Amino acid sequence: MIKWFRIRSIVVKEIIQIKRDIPSLAIIFIMPVFMLLLFGYAVTTDVDHITTVVWDQDKSPQSREIIQAFEQSGYFDIRYYAGDMKEITWLIDGGEAKAGFIIPPGYARDVLKGQSAGLQAIIDGSDPLIARTALSTAQMIGQVKGFALKLESLSRFGLGIKAEPGIDLRARVWYNPDMESVRFNVPGLIGLIMQNITVMLTAFALVKERERGTMEQLIITPIKPFELIIGKLIPYVGIGFMDVIVTLLIGSLWFEVPVNGSVLLLLALSLVFLLVALGLGLFISTVAKTQLQAMQMTFMIILPSVLLSGFMFPREAMPLPVQAFGAVIPLTYFLEILRGIILKGIGLQELWRNVLWLAILGVGILTLSAVRFKKKLD
Amino acid sequence: MVMEHAIEVQGLTKTFGDFTAVDNLSFRIKPGEIFGFLGPNGSGKSTTIRMLCGILSPSGGQGKVLGYDLKDSEKIKQNIGYMSQKFSLYEDLTVEENIDFYAGIYGLRGKEVRERKEELIQLALLTGKEKALAGTLSGGWKQRLALACALVHRPHLLFLDEPTAGVDPVSRRVFWELLYRVAAQGVTILVTTHYMDEAEKCDVVGFIYQGKLMGFGTPGELMGAMGLTNLEDVFIKVVEEDYQDEAWQELLKSHRKEVTGE
Repeated sequence: MIKWFRIRSIVVKEIIQIKRDIPSLAIIFIMPVFMLLLFGYAVTTDVDHITTVVWDQDKSPQSREIIQAFEQSGYFDIRYYAGDMKEITWLIDGGEAKAGFIIPPGYARDVLKGQSAGLQAIIDGSDPLIARTALSTAQMIGQVKGFALKLESLSRFGLGIKAEPGIDLRARVWYNPDMESVRFNVPGLIGLIMQNITVMLTAFALVKERERGTMEQLIITPIKPFELIIGKLIPYVGIGFMDVIVTLLIGSLWFEVPVNGSVLLLLALSLVFLLVALGLGLFISTVAKTQLQAMQMTFMIILPSVLLSGFMFPREAMPLPVQAFGAVIPLTYFLEILRGIILKGIGLQELWRNVLWLAILGVGILTLSAVRFKKKLD
Repeated sequence: MVMEHAIEVQGLTKTFGDFTAVDNLSFRIKPGEIFGFLGPNGSGKSTTIRMLCGILSPSGGQGKVLGYDLKDSEKIKQNIGYMSQKFSLYEDLTVEENIDFYAGIYGLRGKEVRERKEELIQLALLTGKEKALAGTLSGGWKQRLALACALVHRPHLLFLDEPTAGVDPVSRRVFWELLYRVAAQGVTILVTTHYMDEAEKCDVVGFIYQGKLMGFGTPGELMGAMGLTNLEDVFIKVVEEDYQDEAWQELLKSHRKEVTGE
């Protein structure tokens, strides 16, 4: 028979202990803000303002025009003007510049003649993200500029036509029209923060009890393992929930990523995910003997869930076995749910598969951990 | 509570694989007695206590604690108190909060908690430290707080596993004064210790070595049977020589007969 008064005693004790534990408080209150700022500002995959060096051998109005076109795109910051190839090599080698443009002598002449004018771009490919952006932008500018020049020369030869492109592609980006990473990151962060905090604190709370020998005393009291688990988990459900709300508020007020769907549904499903995270923490506590081990194991869970859940990198791009591994990470499904509700404003009708998987994983993990935990006590 | 014996075990045995931790233990303790359970480290004391508390099931034999069968661990747990060698209270909780916590776990409520807490703080000489964090207390105070917590639900039987290990002599004496006071209230006490001066203060003493009960009786009986004047020598002799003396064996046999009827 479960006795509520025993559960209540554990909850009260746990809350007093959390209040007095500075590191726990730091994790609870500072970690969400810290991670939001980190992923909101520092970890952005938006590349612009690439430092650029130019070697203009032509020094003509035409060459200045093309340099200006690069600068005005917003992607290239022309910081350096080189006088020879050596200088460009030196700047790119040293990391001072990530891209370089070389305008050959005779560029203006070719342009004016209506001939194909050569232009060389050198891109530092060590960071593929920057390189890809630099390359595609440079190509685009080159094409657009080339097309304009063609038209100009054609009209000069009296062949003025009203040029229309063969295909008129009108792209419209939904949900995140400006394609800002912060809009993509913030919803995911809610899940990640919740997972990290709950897993870590739950694992700590139980391991601490064993490490300090207080578990030994508890076993001899009439308390049942189930009551102990429930009592230990209740405060962390509260904390996890509080962190969800804090993250949501900062996300919508500061980073301007509002919840487009139902907030209520979001909170309800957060509760489901919270139980999964608590299960993971409980599981760690049945394996780890010390708080240090618990910490290490927490990171063993956090790292794959950051990398494989689709938090940072699209799962579609991963090899199948890796995708399969990501499919057993609960965060994977919760991310879909978070992004679905926050960005797309969709509901259960579209998300039920993710909810179902999350629930299945949650029940599985929680049951396994509870059974293991009970065995450990007996 | 009417019962003939607070603890009564017959042929109590615990094996872990090939290893026999507790081997055919039989003894009886009367209510209100202080039983000193002696033996070197690893001799099976803690295993025996764990079985008597109902958290470890015996591999063989049977027993009753406070009239409840060892299998009835629910009932046993509600009526016993336990204090271990390590200070296993919450260091980040105050004296009061520790007592409150255990009071809650054992189901004491409201007024009951306040009254019992006051009583225990007086009994365990903790007055003035109610709001102090348990972690800031010195060894002797910690032990007394642990005792207070173990007594919060008015248990009829108290298990103390090396309660005074690493505590200074004055604090040890104070602690034993407390134990006498508790025993005088009719609480049976099972205490393990390596201090023979403490063992001599017990009503009955049992020696356990390699899982076997090597001797049982009042301190006087045991010293008499060996012709020694202190328990320390008795202890050393038992452990070093697997004592085979006739008078000693007679004492053991008569005790065994009394318990098992064989």
